[in-house]
Amino acid sequence: MIRVVLPFHLRTLAKVEGEVHLDVAGTATQRSLLEALEARFPVLRGAIREHGSLQRRPLLRFFACAEDVSFDDPDAPLPDAVARGEEPFFIVGAVSGGQE
Amino acid sequence: MSGVRVLVGTRKGAFILTADGQRKQWRIDGPFFGGWEIYHLKGSPADPNRLYASQSSGWFGQMIQRSDDGGQTWNPVDNQFTYEGTPGAHLWYDGTPHPWEFKRIWHLEPSLTDADTVYAGAEDAALFRSSDGGKSWQELPALRSVQGEKWAPGAGGMGLHTILLDSAKPQRLFIAISSAGAFRTDDGGQSWKPINKGLHSEYIPDPTAEVGHCVHRIAMHPSRPNTLFMQKHWDVMRSDDAGDSWREVSGNLPTDFGFPIEVHAHEPETIYVVPIKSDAEHYPPDGKLRVYRSRTGGNDWEALTAGLPQAHCYVNVLRDAMAVDQLDECGVYFGTTGGQVYASADGGDHWEAIAEHLPAVVAVEVQTLP
Repeated sequence: MIRVVLPFHLRTLAKVEGEVHLDVAGTATQRSLLEALEARFPVLRGAIREHGSLQRRPLLRFFACAEDVSFDDPDAPLPDAVARGEEPFFIVGAVSGGQE
Repeated sequence: MSGVRVLVGTRKGAFILTADGQRKQWRIDGPFFGGWEIYHLKGSPADPNRLYASQSSGWFGQMIQRSDDGGQTWNPVDNQFTYEGTPGAHLWYDGTPHPWEFKRIWHLEPSLTDADTVYAGAEDAALFRSSDGGKSWQELPALRSVQGEKWAPGAGGMGLHTILLDSAKPQRLFIAISSAGAFRTDDGGQSWKPINKGLHSEYIPDPTAEVGHCVHRIAMHPSRPNTLFMQKHWDVMRSDDAGDSWREVSGNLPTDFGFPIEVHAHEPETIYVVPIKSDAEHYPPDGKLRVYRSRTGGNDWEALTAGLPQAHCYVNVLRDAMAVDQLDECGVYFGTTGGQVYASADGGDHWEAIAEHLPAVVAVEVQTLP
């Protein structure tokens, strides 16, 4: 079981509170985690990764075990502590200001 | 008694204002989708309980929400807007080619007859249609083949912001893009023609170019679909031949820069604009918020000020932020970037703020309820 922490607006979209717990088949990677997340919450398709290219949206970041893993290979295994559910995988909206 | 439902899109959520036919007591519901930009929301003429909303965010992209109960509850529908084929390139601000990239939906226009059919105007400019209530979207790609390589974004982006449907000619649509101009199809979107003859724009390399004009908004009265009124970047224009030619009707306006333009529900020659000081100063001249009304289809304009702030007012009224209702005495509504929604229940003679302190208002639409 993998624990995922979503930012407020994605929790609202997905209509969940608190952490999301996912079962990911095989080796847990960013890609398999996000595919499992989007399969469970189809509303999140396009909100984390772009449609088509599946690239991470520019103003989102991924954190695991206190490390920014946003630029890691999406097919690289996630840290063991995340894969075992000891540490959550964070999807974070960048602190990038905005118009207002 | 009949009533009205005012759909308000803001920078930080949507609000729904309702009143009975007297339009004196208003109930405000919302925010819906708090924290998200709601560029537009609109109800289906075929089913007033069917609403569509464009919800977007720089962080999380585009969502389309749909309500089947008049806005009490909402559910997301498909948010995948894919350009047909190889998207190609349009002009960038520096005159270089720039690939088409989807950013957001600026405008949703439900079909006049089928609640499940809805058009969506996108930035970067393209027209999409859903015929299954928003569960899937398909582009009408022929539009971008009309000299799309010459289109360029305005300061606010290259958005398709106006979609007008002609009830007498279901295959005819008018659309407008900032800043490519106006276009018309007479075959349901299989082919398009630019309809910008007569427009004169000093700020583009060829002031009378076939495409490239910064059209801010077009309005049409449903009983006279060949007559169109346009608020351009500068100039208020009129066409009486379905856009084939335009003539200026700015007349005695204090400034002919502005964003919205609307037509009275029952008087096809009565139109409304909100003059803005200039392209460099997006607020009313002299700090006075004035709606201007022409009862002659342009040229002769009168200022409508009763109930509107006449000092120290520096808000803007954006292109999609004005609408009319269909009650016997036509109501006129507009929202400001200062978060006010003003309403007039007498065709513009008197105004009152029916909501204040909202986030900046981007869009106002009105449904007249049975």
